[in-house]
Order: sequence, then structure tokens, then C-alpha cells
Amino acid sequence: MRSFTYERARTPAEAAASASRRPDAKFIAGGTNLLDLMKLEIETPAHLIDVNGLALDKIETTQEGGLRIGALVRNTDLAADGRVRRDYGVLSRALLAGASGQLRNMATTAGNLLQRTRCPYFYDTNQPCNKRRPGSGCAAIGGFSRQHAVVGASESCIATHPSDMAVAMRALDAGIETVRPDGATRTIPIAELHRLPGDTPHIETTLMPGELITAVTLPKPVGGKQIYRKVRDRASYAFALVSVAAIVQRDGTGRVALGGVAHKPWRIEAAEAQMPRGAKAVAAQLLADAKPTRQNAFKLALAERTLGAVLAEAKG
Amino acid sequence: MRFETPATTNPIDQLTVIGKPIDRIDGPLKTTGTARYGYEHHEAVPNPAYGYVVGSAIAKGRIADMDLAAVKAAPGVRAIVTADNAGKLGKGERNTATLLGGPEIEHYHQAIALVVADTFEQARAAAGLVHVDYVKAEGAFDLAAVKDTGEPRPLFGGPADTALGDFSGAFAAAPVQLDATYTTPDQAHAMMEPHASIAAWTGDKLTLWTSNQMIAWGVGDVAKTLGIPKENVRLISPFVGGGFGGKLFVRSDALLAALGARAAGRPVKVALQRPLMFNNTTHRPATIQRIRIGATRDGKITAIGHEEWSGNLPGGRPEGAVSQTRLLYAGANRMTATRLAALNLAEGNAMRAPGEASGMMALEIAIDEMAEKLGIDPIEFRILNDTQIDPEKPARPFSQRQLTECFRAGADRFGWSKRNPQPGKVRDGRWTIGIGTAAAFRNNLLVKSAARVRLDNNSTVTVETDMTDIGTGSYTIIAQTAAEMMGVPLEKVVVRLGDSTFPVSSGSGGQFGGNNSTAGVYAACVKLREAIAQKLGFNSAEAEFADGEVRSGNRKVPLAQAAGEGGLTAEDGIEYGDLDKKYQQSTFGAHFVEVGVDVATAEIRVRRMLAVCAAGRILNPKTARSQVIGAMTMGVGAALMEELVVDKRAGFFVNHDLAAYEVPVHADIPHQDMIFLDETDPMSSPMKAKGVAELGICGVAAAVANAVYNATGVRVRDYPITLDKLLEQMPNVG
Repeated sequence: MRSFTYERARTPAEAAASASRRPDAKFIAGGTNLLDLMKLEIETPAHLIDVNGLALDKIETTQEGGLRIGALVRNTDLAADGRVRRDYGVLSRALLAGASGQLRNMATTAGNLLQRTRCPYFYDTNQPCNKRRPGSGCAAIGGFSRQHAVVGASESCIATHPSDMAVAMRALDAGIETVRPDGATRTIPIAELHRLPGDTPHIETTLMPGELITAVTLPKPVGGKQIYRKVRDRASYAFALVSVAAIVQRDGTGRVALGGVAHKPWRIEAAEAQMPRGAKAVAAQLLADAKPTRQNAFKLALAERTLGAVLAEAKG
Repeated sequence: MRFETPATTNPIDQLTVIGKPIDRIDGPLKTTGTARYGYEHHEAVPNPAYGYVVGSAIAKGRIADMDLAAVKAAPGVRAIVTADNAGKLGKGERNTATLLGGPEIEHYHQAIALVVADTFEQARAAAGLVHVDYVKAEGAFDLAAVKDTGEPRPLFGGPADTALGDFSGAFAAAPVQLDATYTTPDQAHAMMEPHASIAAWTGDKLTLWTSNQMIAWGVGDVAKTLGIPKENVRLISPFVGGGFGGKLFVRSDALLAALGARAAGRPVKVALQRPLMFNNTTHRPATIQRIRIGATRDGKITAIGHEEWSGNLPGGRPEGAVSQTRLLYAGANRMTATRLAALNLAEGNAMRAPGEASGMMALEIAIDEMAEKLGIDPIEFRILNDTQIDPEKPARPFSQRQLTECFRAGADRFGWSKRNPQPGKVRDGRWTIGIGTAAAFRNNLLVKSAARVRLDNNSTVTVETDMTDIGTGSYTIIAQTAAEMMGVPLEKVVVRLGDSTFPVSSGSGGQFGGNNSTAGVYAACVKLREAIAQKLGFNSAEAEFADGEVRSGNRKVPLAQAAGEGGLTAEDGIEYGDLDKKYQQSTFGAHFVEVGVDVATAEIRVRRMLAVCAAGRILNPKTARSQVIGAMTMGVGAALMEELVVDKRAGFFVNHDLAAYEVPVHADIPHQDMIFLDETDPMSSPMKAKGVAELGICGVAAAVANAVYNATGVRVRDYPITLDKLLEQMPNVG
């Protein structure tokens, strides 16, 4: 770990402004991902801006009848919130499928969105990784790639985004509220927050330098059966091989997003038109451009079968 | 004490303390965080410097240049140890690769430097500034690709190959045949406590607080590596946070702490950082195993052959996966073969039941497959081919062998008769259910072991031996032994372990620690009893030790009084004759597993487990049960998830942390049932005990595999059994 300086920000705008003055700065909230990465020198920020003191830890009802989730709301608290459990079950279930109780107690809403990939080559600084050291190559291509992306990947990077929460938020059409260094605020649709790797896999989001997430908004509840199904080798504390977040209405229409298959939560709205016709048709469209490796080709069948089980569960 | 003839009745048979499910006596220390582990001897070493290990970034080749300028200039740095400045180093007898590499690199993450600084953070930061230029060399990293270059290698002191009768002819002539190949992956011990040591020099004498299973081996190998007399090395390892064979040998933490302390001129502590644990230390090597079985139509095995290929660094040992096949089932025509190829991965070495755990993973699937071909119940097939004699050396009977009894008792308890032998026929909602079984088998090893026992004038009995407690319960069973022998309550026994100034014990490994170390304490106690009797003028053969008194005829003397002001001390050990040559000593069991496989996703979850074990006298059913259920858990890991994934290009285990190397979590382990059959084995020692800690893992993975087959009809022969290996053959859904 490299030495770093540290400050506590007093307001979101001040935090953003401070970050924009220091390109080597990072925000720190729960620290469940960043501290590990710093210890391994995968992340080497020279300055940390602690945002834990910002009053961003409330869950409020919005005028539109949705929810605004403060960026610092802990995963445990979000999963347990009565409104979330009642109206956004897919989100509560996704949160509880992630990490461990101890980590969820620390991990924040914004931090969860911004967590970095678990590709083992990203984690080993002796190995080439375009995400960690741009231009050095990708060791996962041609290497151990069982966990890796099957869609939306590139010649530069086949990493996945590891979040469960983000997959549910993608199905819920969440909005990401931010503040920029100049104090201006905006809302980014979650579909546009995470980028595909392309030839710049080290740039993972559309956030501008210094831009700070302040809240996540959920539109007013859409009802339906809300299911999150995470498939993994062990029963807990493992990243998804494939996960499915689904909201299924009585008439069989609805929304689905996949986790564990791409560099971002994977949802193609057009594919949802196929939902009444069943999982095969939806999966065919969702994964039409899939380019799996030999080791992770099973994810295509797994995604289709998991989606099938989820749709059957929604019906039954 | 020499143990040369079968044990007769002795004070242990009273079973007033021995055989009771006593809570571990070191439990309060552990639950209050006051047990001191290798890195934590703060009282003994209040102001150490901190070492941080730098591992090689390549698997094979050499260091062309190492630039340490930035490291030297970093804050707090006190010393940097490299092969360049460490002086001449030897290599431990039990190490395959050197513990400090350079300029030659033998494997990935081989230690190449230790940076010592005032604080851990400074050492870690400075270690990040080490700049190394490497010249890479070609290496061999793919067992399947090099297996045919493998050569015969002796197996645990026995021959590489064995043969009896005419295997080829009998196999060819057998009306029912199986010829199948199985693979097991490299596996990591993945113990919670990493390798960790604190080193302090006083003049030319070294003290190492460390985490080690075999103290005397460690002293010898530290001395040999440093080129100093053994007398100048003291090892202290009172508590070990998991070893599983990974701490049988001193590793780089110990050597580098010693070198770092010498260079820095003050005590140094070193813990291997978790990402180094998987490539810097040892692991259970991968195997490829071919098994051929021929049988008559009524299920008598006529030919059984087992061949193993494994790989290791040059000079390393084979895994030994054929060893149980030499002993487990009858059959007149037999062969086994062991081939070892050179690989440039980290050193392969012992992990919980080395050889047998890997071998049983394959053999017990093969037996299940064969039973199915024959149309015979898998339990009945095993019982049909049970043997009371060593099948390769028919003159040697087993000392005790209750394999059939284990299966009968287990079948009854688990409800085996309700199993549908047709795969894929039992459903429970989204789960397809299967039941599987496998034999458990692990040899019992006799290893000499000594102890010192002291009786004080307050009737406290203090036992000292360099035996270790790696979480197994050694403290407790040793205290029980001394209490039983000396006729004092357990609270009057103090047990001190894991210090090389104490008499040399068996150490902990190969499930030999329990029986042998307590037998050593037994021997020392017999000597102490004689000393007490002699002092009191009692006939030692008639003296009884009970209730804190010595009695003979109508005389009785409190032990405190017998000890006198100065107390009495006795030291002795157990040494063995040839009872293990005349009799095959092994432990047996039967594992039963029920799994559910998700019909859609093929996720496998274990629903119920049972182990029935017959392993001699059980000294403490509570600690023994803990050993067995822990081993069953490890077996589930081996079956379903554990695999060190080899990057065959760069030559290293890729998933080198506990996030990526998955072991079972609580949610993976259901209710575990286990029972011990009544058994005493007078051939094993005066304790009449054997070991259980490795028996518990042997066969578990195969029982899971057989249950998965019963649930799905998919036979997976390559571990771990992950859902991707089932998916294509699962029924269509939706």
C-alpha cells in the first residue's frame, strides 16, 4: 500500500471539488473494496476523500412515489427497509444474495455500484491487465475465464461487473443522482452509468472526474412478481456465475436483467417483448451477440435455464 | 518404553477420564483471544520489526537484476534480505524448492526478498518498490501434457509399483470390466492462519515463534538451512490455526524472519500475505488416475489395477493415490503404478490424508460404477469384496477391520434401503435428489513419541512434550491421558506443548498425533508411577493411582505428599516393535451423502451427511467428532468446489486468495451425523487408539459424486463437480 493523504469532506459539492483538484484522489465510503485494492497496490490513490460524514444515509419517498436512496445507505439497511421489501423485492433479494453480512453492514449503495471486477488477473499485479495497467494486455483471454463475460466484452477485456444490487437496479430503471465539481447536479439512467470495456476497460463509468454519486432513485413501484436468482458454485459468499433479476407481471410481460455475464448489468429492453413466449426466446435476444470463451460457454445455457426457472416461478 | 506385543489391560482401560466427551481445555484461551499464535507473541517479543515477503513474478527462469535503491530509501526500512546478501544457505531436508529464491527461480511467488521496516505498513509499502528484471525460461505446467514423461517413484517408503498374480490376463478374461480415468485438481490447505513466525537472535542462538506441526523436523531444517547447530535453534509453536499438512515443514516465513532479524539486529515478525499462500507454500498435487476392475458376474473382483500420474518440482514426491488400492478390496490379480513427472508449479506435498484422499476420490467412484455394471447394490458389492487380510501380502491380517460393520450401521441409520438405484427418479420441488456412499480408509501410522511428566507437591501434574495442537484437541487428550494414569482430576493437569526444549513427540500429521503422542505420555506416566511407588516403598505393579492418592494394600498416600517438596519428574517415550509389520493397521469408515441438484441450474447442494467410523479407541468423542465433521466438510469442498486453477501459460495458480479459491461456507454444510463403532486396537499402542482426522475426509468426495450420479444420471470423473459439467446432460426445463 502506498502512503496517502486523507480528508473528510463536509458537503457533496466540496467533496467533488476536492476530487477534481487531485486526479490521484479517490472517494472512500465503506472501503470494503477500495482498501483491499489499495493493500494490493491495484489502486494507488495518493489522496482519500472520506465521504462518510456527508448526510447521504436516508431513504426517502420521492414526489413521484418512488424512493431516493442516499449514496451512503448501507446494503444491510437498504435490504431491510420495509418499503424496499414491499415494493422493490428484487432489490432486497439481490442485496441479500451479495457478499456476507459483515460486508453488507459496511458496503454503501454508491460503493456497490462502483465496485471493481473480481477477475483474478486484475488482482495479480504481476499479470497483464488492461483495466489495471492500460495497454498491458488481457491475461484472462486465453487464461482462466470461467467467471468472465460472455456478452459485450472486447479484445481488451472480458471482465464482469460483480454487483448483484446493480442488476436489480437495472431492472428497476434506477437513476443515479450526482454532483459535479462545479456543484451542478444531474441524474444518469443506470443503463448509462456503466460502460462496456471497448478499448478503454480502465474507464468503467460515465462519471466525470470528481463527480460524486449522492443518491439512487427508484421510480414508483411497478408491482409484479420480483425475483432475484443467483447461481453460484457454493451456497453463499461467491460471485454469480449467472444471475437473473426479473419483474414479471400477471400477463407474463415484464423486465429481466442478467448479472455475471457482462461488464455491466445486462438488460436489452427489446428482448423483454419475448417474455410471454418464454425464456428461450428472451435469452436468444439477450445473448444474441455472445462471444463466450471455451471455459464460460456454459453460461449461455445456464442463463437460459435460469431465466426459464425464474419465469416458471413467477407463473407458479 | 518399547511396545512390541499387543497391549493388555492397563490403567487407561479404566476409562474414568479417557473416552469421555470433555470440552477442549484450551477452549477458553481461544474463545477469549488469549491463545498466542505464531504472529502474536507480543509479551515475549514486545518490539519487533516487520518483514514483508516479495514473491517472484515468474514461474521459472532467473533474476537478471534487482533494483533496491528505492526500497532502501523508503521510510522505516531496516533491512532487505535477498539471496545476494543472505550468505550461504542450505536447504531443508523436507523442502523441495529453496525457501529464498534467486538468482534461479523455481516457481511462481517463490520468495525472492524480505523487506524489514519499523512498521508493517512501511514494510509493505517499501516491498512495493522492489524492481526486478527477470529472464524467463520455459517451464512445464500442464500435468496432462507431461504425464507420459513420468517415472516410477517410491511411495511413502514403499515401492512405486506393485503386482500380484496376472492382472492383465484376469482383467481381459473378466466378464464384467471397468476401465475409467479420473482426475483430481491441485488443492490448497487454505487454513485460516497463514504461515507466520517471529524470530529473535541472542548471540548465535535463534528463537522462532512459529506455526508448525512438527517441531523437531522444523528445528532440523531451520538449522540445516542456516548452517547452524540444531542446539542453537529453538522453535515455539503452542497454537496452530490450521495446518492440514501445510505446516509440516518450515516455510519461507520462518527462514526469512530469521534472516531478517539477523540483518536488522532486532526481532522480526513475518506472516505470509494471503495472496502468496497458494503459490509460495505447498499444495496437494493434481492427479490423473486410471482404474481398471474386472469381476465375475456375481460380483467377485478378479482383477484390480490403479495407476497414478502426478507432477512435482524436480526432487518432489508423488501424491500417492494408489496406496489404498493396495489394501482396500480383495482380488487375486492386482497391480498399482505410480508415475511422477516434472512440473514447475509450486511444491506439491502433504495435505490431509496425502495419497488416500485423492485416491479414494477416484477409487470409490470406480467401485460405484462397477456395482452399477454388475447390477449389485454398491454396499453389497463392497462387502462382497471385503478382506480381513492384506490382499497383496496375505500373511498379514488387519489388526482390526470393521468396514462391513460401518456400512451396515450407516445404511441402517441413513435409510439406505429407501434409495432408488435408478438415477434421476426422486424429486423434491426444484431439486432432483440422490444418495451416495463410499468407503473411508486411512492407514494408522506408528511414530515414536516422548514426553516429560512432573508431579508437584500440590499434586499438579505437568506434561511437557513438543507435540502440537493444530486445532485437533491434543491438549485435551494429553491431559485426559495424564489424569487417567496419575489418578488426578483433569483440572490438576497442566499441558505444555509445541516447544523444542520439550521431549520430541510424534508431532501432528498423518492422523498419527493422537494415538502416538498420548502413548508417549502414557510411557512417561508409567515411569512416574514407578518413581512414586519406589519412593514410597510400594510395589509398583500393585500401586493404584486414584482420587489423588497412591494406594497399595491398606496404605494410601496423597500424591502431593508423595511428590515431596522437590516434586518428581519422569521422562520416557513410546517406541514400536514390528506389530505394524505383522499386522496391517488401518482405520475404516463409511460415508453417506444426500444431495439435491437444481433441475434448471444444476447447482449441487448437500442435504445430509453421515460418517460411521471404526478407528480404535476414541479418546475423546467430542474432539474426535470435531475432527471427523471438519474432514467431511473438507471432503465436500474437494467434491464440489476446491481447485487451484493452473494458468498453463504463465505457470501459476491463478485463484490465489480466499475469494477465488472456494471452500465450503456454513450454508454449504447441512446437518452432519457421525458415529464411532466400538473398537479397541491392542496392536496400535497401550492407548489402543488410532487416528480419525484423515479417515474423515477419505471417501467423502466420492460419496458426493455418487450421490450426484444417483440424483442426475450424470457421471462426472473430473473433480470438482461443478454445475457446468452437468448442465448439458440435465433434462430440459421450461
